[in-house]
Amino acid sequence: MRDGMPRWSVLLAALCAGTVPAAEPAPAPSRQAELLHLLRHDCGSCHGLTLRGGLGPPLLPQTLARKDLATLHATVLYGVPGTAMPPWNELLSAREIEWLVGQLKHGIAP
Amino acid sequence: MTARLLLVAIWLAVCAFEAFALEPRGTGDLAIVIERAQGAVAICETTARTQLARVTGFGDLSHASAVFSRDGRYAYIFGRDGALTKLDLLTHAIVKRVLQAGNSIGGAISSDGALVAVANYVPGGVKVFDAATLDVVADVPSTAGADGVRAKVVGLEDGFGRRFMWSEFENGRVRMLDLAAADTPRVSELGYAGRQPYDALVTPDGRDYIAGLFGEDGLVRVDLWAREPTVARFLAGYGGSELRLPVYKMPHLEGWSAAGEQLFLPAVGHHAVLVVDRRDWREIGRIATHGQPVFAVARPDGRQVWVNFAPPDNDIVQVIDVPSRTVIAEFSPGKAVLHIEFTPRGEQAWVSARDSDRVVVYDSASFARLAELAIDKPSGIFMSARAARLGF
Repeated sequence: MRDGMPRWSVLLAALCAGTVPAAEPAPAPSRQAELLHLLRHDCGSCHGLTLRGGLGPPLLPQTLARKDLATLHATVLYGVPGTAMPPWNELLSAREIEWLVGQLKHGIAP
Repeated sequence: MTARLLLVAIWLAVCAFEAFALEPRGTGDLAIVIERAQGAVAICETTARTQLARVTGFGDLSHASAVFSRDGRYAYIFGRDGALTKLDLLTHAIVKRVLQAGNSIGGAISSDGALVAVANYVPGGVKVFDAATLDVVADVPSTAGADGVRAKVVGLEDGFGRRFMWSEFENGRVRMLDLAAADTPRVSELGYAGRQPYDALVTPDGRDYIAGLFGEDGLVRVDLWAREPTVARFLAGYGGSELRLPVYKMPHLEGWSAAGEQLFLPAVGHHAVLVVDRRDWREIGRIATHGQPVFAVARPDGRQVWVNFAPPDNDIVQVIDVPSRTVIAEFSPGKAVLHIEFTPRGEQAWVSARDSDRVVVYDSASFARLAELAIDKPSGIFMSARAARLGF
């Protein structure tokens, strides 16, 4: 039952996820292109192609400004129980998610 | 300079000639395909299976959908960015465009063709427009939560007459707007559907409004023939003790299908299609599928149901044979299959493959590939014959 998990589990997960091994290299350029495609089109099915929001909240740099990287990383990695946000750890590696979250924080070209 | 002017004059003359030289044609075999990344719409025809035109300037068309005027001439296109655009399918021109909200999800048209309603996420609510002028006729805010934010409207459908029904994602309410008397819009509460309704459909006969739930296993229906329509739960707890998988794309209920007395519905978070008997609303079968179903569309004769799937299983389409309730065919139309639409009598199925930038047309009897159309990041395919169908 996914809904059974209380929300603080996300915060706990955030604390753990803060320890992504920094030694891992960034995704290869070809993989980066795939990840950006996924971000636009698959994340975009809920967050909007331009990331201005939809069923899910907007993912623009200004709307994410007050959220730290570790929290965002954990949100993507484990999802948010009780909402439509699924855990992406089955499809993406922790390093890939870290890279994507960095892109979101920074803002990707439209 | 004069040479340039002359060229412009010749070009204008050619354009004018082309406009007048267009053969009169009907619109019954037209289809539009959304180019979601380009904010463009491809106008196609299903007789020779060609693209007739490409029209740009629609804004953000990710998750766009469309309804048609009752004469089949105009498409009303609902964009993600809150725009409502009226497109003339014959002249290939945008007739009018209004930015009516910040973020929207789809819409519906009344049976008399006079009213177009839009479901909005931000600000949450339903806005109704005069189909001819796109002037606002009614504006119904959704219910706000404790945080003061209005709920997102999902599953907006047309009912017989000038009625529209919708569900509210955050609070689970189902509501109806009756515009029989346009100057006195009447909103009624149809009840609580359950946690997080995500989409809805109206059965082809217009009798039942069915909403699916994301926040729990189950669906609700509203009998629109009832004197006082109200929600009734069915298929509660269909997942049983089976673990629900992460959902990487919400299923869509519109187009989910009735084949005779059987309804085919998605099991959210499961690799299965549920079969329900409409006479008593019980599950009579469950068909294991390749992935989590997104669309399952019945061929108009009800003999087959075609299914596509959520990522990461979205490169496949499966065909369910209705009498035997088994999967009888499987295709790979391309990468990221987003939508399936049948021609009005069902002899062709059009399938969009977003990441392969093409629409593939299949013969639904032999499963032969009849055509491929190169279209940039195609998503929704909407045939003009929808103009004549309730709930489309």
